[in-house]
Amino acid sequence: MNQLMRFSRLHGDSKVAPFVAILVILTLLASMGNLLMPEDSAFYVSTYTITLLGKYLCYAMLALAVDVIWGYCGILSLGHGAFFALGGYAMGMYLMRQIGDRGVYGNPELPDFMVFLNWTELPWFWQGMDQFWFAMLMVLLVPGILAFVFGWLAFRSRVTGVYLSIMTQALTYALLLAFFRNEMGFGGNNGLTDFKDILGFDLQADTTRVTLFAITALLLAVILVVSHKILQSRMGKVIVAIRDGESRARFIGYRTERFKVWLFVYSALIAGIAGALYVPQVGIINPGEFSPLNSIEMVIWVAVGGRGTLIGAIVGALLVNFAKTKFTAIMPDGWLFALGALFVFVTLYLPQGLMGLYQKMVNKRRSGGGDNDARPADDKVDTAPAIKGGDA
Amino acid sequence: MSPLTDVREIMRRDQVWSFLKDEQKPVDVSHDVILYVEGLNLSFDGFKALNDLNLYVNDGELRCLIGANGAGKTTLMDVITGKTTPDSGSVYFGQSINLLQHDEADIAQLGIGRKFQKPTVFEAHSVFDNLELSLKQQKSVIPMLFARLTPTEIDRIDEVLNVIGLKEQCFMQAGALSHGQKQWLEIGMLLVAEPRLLLIDEPVAGMTAQETERTAELLTSLAGERTVIVVEHDMEFVRSIARTVTVLHQGSVLAEGTMDQVQNNPDVIEVYLGEAP
Repeated sequence: MNQLMRFSRLHGDSKVAPFVAILVILTLLASMGNLLMPEDSAFYVSTYTITLLGKYLCYAMLALAVDVIWGYCGILSLGHGAFFALGGYAMGMYLMRQIGDRGVYGNPELPDFMVFLNWTELPWFWQGMDQFWFAMLMVLLVPGILAFVFGWLAFRSRVTGVYLSIMTQALTYALLLAFFRNEMGFGGNNGLTDFKDILGFDLQADTTRVTLFAITALLLAVILVVSHKILQSRMGKVIVAIRDGESRARFIGYRTERFKVWLFVYSALIAGIAGALYVPQVGIINPGEFSPLNSIEMVIWVAVGGRGTLIGAIVGALLVNFAKTKFTAIMPDGWLFALGALFVFVTLYLPQGLMGLYQKMVNKRRSGGGDNDARPADDKVDTAPAIKGGDA
Repeated sequence: MSPLTDVREIMRRDQVWSFLKDEQKPVDVSHDVILYVEGLNLSFDGFKALNDLNLYVNDGELRCLIGANGAGKTTLMDVITGKTTPDSGSVYFGQSINLLQHDEADIAQLGIGRKFQKPTVFEAHSVFDNLELSLKQQKSVIPMLFARLTPTEIDRIDEVLNVIGLKEQCFMQAGALSHGQKQWLEIGMLLVAEPRLLLIDEPVAGMTAQETERTAELLTSLAGERTVIVVEHDMEFVRSIARTVTVLHQGSVLAEGTMDQVQNNPDVIEVYLGEAP
């Protein structure tokens, strides 16, 4: 029984609960700061800030998706932007249909760009997108099915490592080129924009914006908890085992490709949800979201925060994007150089990311704090997460 | 028979309906042979790795495979465990299971465990977790998602920890173990799955004399209940454990017998020393 307790201690030691608490409290404070405080108050949070925070949280969710497969299963996807953008497009199509006859051309059925292209009726894939539930189903189904087909083909053929990364990159690039074409029926170069309202609520209203922000934060918390639970289950252990020794796992009797496919689909679903939340807050979705550069940036967010930690991915995405906002305001051309330098720095000096650094500091304080009466057996238990680079 | 007895028979509460039972058929070893390898041929780009190889292993036997580099020992293991498909030949597990029709995961589930030449354990997991993952269980995605550690499983893991002598290191990360300990852990991972046939590739490479001795004890104690096939270069070690030795040479069996018989076999001497004395 004593052993069991140590066992549960090793695995129950988690920072997820406090992190979720902080997230919820900050969201509440920011929302109240916007809705309840007068505009001249020191505690007033502008609607611009709320929208910006909401955007960051969408990116954080996306980083979480990348971390789930990269950090835990070693699958480096350089094309996660594709799933994000597909989720975004599904939401964008719904929002386009909500415009109705308020568009420039005033056509109650067709979005403006279709009228402009002289189309007379709605293409088949736009049917049903005026229903919210149907659009939300598509937000999940389209990235999910794409990930399933892609993953099934790739993992069954045992494509791994850098080859897989290149293939994901090619996938998102192919979609980028496809969505640029006007004939695709997704607004071509300009994408979908000029949204008016969602479920009848005005998208420009403060309350809608705060609600969207709060929903994003809430969903991020839920996804974080669910991902944490999945990765702590025995299935999660198999996934880490596949990362560290795929052939060993296979010879123990696991069909590793199935685990990889389902994890990939799960990750794509998160990315799709993030995209769907992103579009109403940012107000536009265009093929630029498919750009391979975006997908590479996501990987950097995760690397900065610390991969394989979940919380690290969120923190990394928030910090890097905050830095991006500040940096591009001062020196727009310098950002890519700064990002590249950051990546090199993190790879060389912080291989475990910020979470690894934090864990190291905690361990140092613990061992330096004169805590010498701890039993040696306990020390062993305590070092385990440190080697893992901060077990979330 | 009255309908009533029929109904009673169907509704019996002391057993489940036959279609609900696990389909997994046990290995049929009614003729005492657990592994039949016949007429195996395999070539890589013209190089004949296996050349009409025949091998029969009895149930409960401890068999050693020896042979020079490139004799086909590891390739043979690859074929048995489903990693490589041979050009021709057949591999049967017991009387009825054709191993060539199954993939690696299936073969592992059938009860064939394999230890690699280089010790491979899941380094980021604790010793305990390594064993937990290796337990005999339903290994598909959904059951694994909802699996909970049961007391029986803890007992089983505990038992194996005692056998491989890693009780103290139970919660240590596997990556932090010494080379010899990793070898044992890998053997433990095979044992916890309760296999019928163990294929062990170079178990004592890089072990100290004392560790080697303990490994020899472990392997001999396993034989009988399970069938063990060991590939090893260390002749002293082979001598200390082997009852039957099979010598492979250029992809086929050169000699088979006790260690003494094999060592005095003129063919073996010729191959090993270059010419007959």
